[in-house]
Amino acid sequence: MRFLFKTDYEDDIRLFPHSGYVVSYGLLFAVLLIAPYVLSSYLMSQLVFVCIYATVGVALLILTGFTGQASLGHAAFLAIGAYTAAYLQKYNVPFPVYFLAAGVLTGCIGALVGFPALRLQGIYLVIATISFAFIVEEILARWESVTNGNEGLRVKALSLLGVTVSRDSPTFYFLCLAVLVLTIVGTLNLLRSPTGRAFVAIRDSETAARSMGVNVALYKVKSFAISAAITGFAGVLFAHKLSFISPEMFTLQLSIEFIIVILIGGTFSLHGAVLGAIFIVMIDPFLTYLKDDMPGVIAGIAAAFGAGTVTAGNIQSKVAAFASLNGLKGAIYGVIIMLFVLFEPLGLYGRWLKIKLFFQLFPLYKRATFKRQKIYVKSERNR
Amino acid sequence: MSYFRAENLSLHFGGLKAVDAVSFAVEKGEILSIIGPNGAGKSSIFNLISRIYRPTSGRIFFEDQDITEQPPYDIAKLGIARTFQNIELFENATVLSNLLVGRHRHSSTQLWQELLFLPSVRANEKLHRRRVEQVIEFLDLEPYRDKLISGLPYGVRKVIELARALCSEPKLILLDEPSSGLNVEETDDMSFWIRDMKSELGVTVLMVEHDMSLVNRVSDRVIALNYGRVLAMGSPSEVQQHPDVVAAYLGA
Ligand SMILES: Nc1ncnc2c1ncn2[C@@H]1O[C@H](COP(=O)(O)OP(=O)(O)O)[C@@H](O)[C@H]1O
Ligand SMILES: [Mg+2]
Repeated sequence: MRFLFKTDYEDDIRLFPHSGYVVSYGLLFAVLLIAPYVLSSYLMSQLVFVCIYATVGVALLILTGFTGQASLGHAAFLAIGAYTAAYLQKYNVPFPVYFLAAGVLTGCIGALVGFPALRLQGIYLVIATISFAFIVEEILARWESVTNGNEGLRVKALSLLGVTVSRDSPTFYFLCLAVLVLTIVGTLNLLRSPTGRAFVAIRDSETAARSMGVNVALYKVKSFAISAAITGFAGVLFAHKLSFISPEMFTLQLSIEFIIVILIGGTFSLHGAVLGAIFIVMIDPFLTYLKDDMPGVIAGIAAAFGAGTVTAGNIQSKVAAFASLNGLKGAIYGVIIMLFVLFEPLGLYGRWLKIKLFFQLFPLYKRATFKRQKIYVKSERNR
Repeated sequence: MSYFRAENLSLHFGGLKAVDAVSFAVEKGEILSIIGPNGAGKSSIFNLISRIYRPTSGRIFFEDQDITEQPPYDIAKLGIARTFQNIELFENATVLSNLLVGRHRHSSTQLWQELLFLPSVRANEKLHRRRVEQVIEFLDLEPYRDKLISGLPYGVRKVIELARALCSEPKLILLDEPSSGLNVEETDDMSFWIRDMKSELGVTVLMVEHDMSLVNRVSDRVIALNYGRVLAMGSPSEVQQHPDVVAAYLGA
């Protein structure tokens, strides 16, 4: 086990607490750089989606994980970013300009959503953000002169410095990766500055935050604006990756997927948002596998155990029918959310920390190490 | 003109007069204690000063400025910090980040500078960190710097709340029952710290306290309160011998 001796205030500020971090992140970065030249085009495509989902995950983490304000409206922010890009692109606005415009516009709308949210908490805030998302969905479907309604909008390949960047090219992947990395670094910077600490303070006790001079309303609005702006940037990339956008791509289900990203990863960590994004993006190929191959495999196993061809065929069609049930994805999401809330409240990243500690302390690890200690129950008086 | 002054302060919850036309003044550099039975309205006075509640009537002045209408976050900016009777810490953060929130009123960096963590932000952070370290030293909190609040015992939390208030470098500090829940030894420490706050840091202290021995040891003056009204005001011994105070404590 490694002991850190701090000798300078700088030690508490550093992004990488010790050289081990530099090595492991360096390795990870190298792998990500060579990925497009090694992985299949299908996996590369998934990796791009991981970057986009992780960016939104980090954005949601700022609002929900760090400021404690729930949101089921992030699909709408993503939509605003995507549609801004698609619309401005029609008028030959260059990529850097509409990229920035999408972020700024979405950020402003995020701030506007933040204002009514000032008086709401918990489930009421969730309902308010869902309503906002429905309004946006409705506007996208009705405002045909701008959004082309339910027909959707085609998004041309982006062009950067006069060069066309196809959505399947390594350059596009690097762009998405760069946006993700910048988002993460910016968020880490925020967290070690007064603003980030004010967010966490609001999450844990608004009363105490206020009494220490934090303008709670202002910082909540700031958190909404930052989170929305980042999501807007991600929306531009999302639009380019899909090359076609329509209102039904930005439904409540997408917002729920974003919640799952941070829930599975662990609502307190940036690592978690990335892990959660990997999970949510890979669940689709997994379901496809379930649909295509599982029935055959299970029938094969049944046959090996002596079931006749008729029975095996029967089993195969039953499994196939189950795997292609309509609500299967939603049901799986539901079960995942329940299991994580019940058994792994700290998410995948929390689990990883426990495993790491187990090996560091071996053989001294005690089960009680991570038992939540409740010595003192906070009063709910001023809630 | 007094340093801090409450004039005819009242707070009514429906028919209940939690605070009823209370007037008092705090002189610069003194330790003033408010005593009184449970429900007397002591915490309510603190909540009025820090603007958690809006007074039904009356005015509050600090350094000759009327602060009755200031928004709550401005109270801390003016230099009034407080602790809570039922500890209000940031549970899922480390001791260090709790204390750094105490520095909030001294932070001047802009959002965009923080996103880039410009040298000015870094320099500010180091300054805050140095100030926080002085408070950590003052209150012997060295062993807990990187610990999460949620795992710490009650006595330590009480001290951390005091530390967070001190980190804001307040001119006036409001302590709501600083010794409640502490053992004898911890209460002793607390009494030394309160006196040192006055003598070394030059902080003016307004304190609500039940432990009469602590009140006697540290207070310059005492105010006794019952049913939201002031019963007596004066030196610790004067107030404790006042017939109305004796009656209130005997439950008459
Ligand atoms: N938010 C509130 N709503 C209604 N009554 C309250 C509220 N806060 C305090 N009170 C009442 O005001 C009175 C004074 O309370 P408080 O100031 O907390 O007393 P203490 O002197 O013990 O600190 C009590 O009777 C209490 O029940
Ligand atoms: Mg009280």
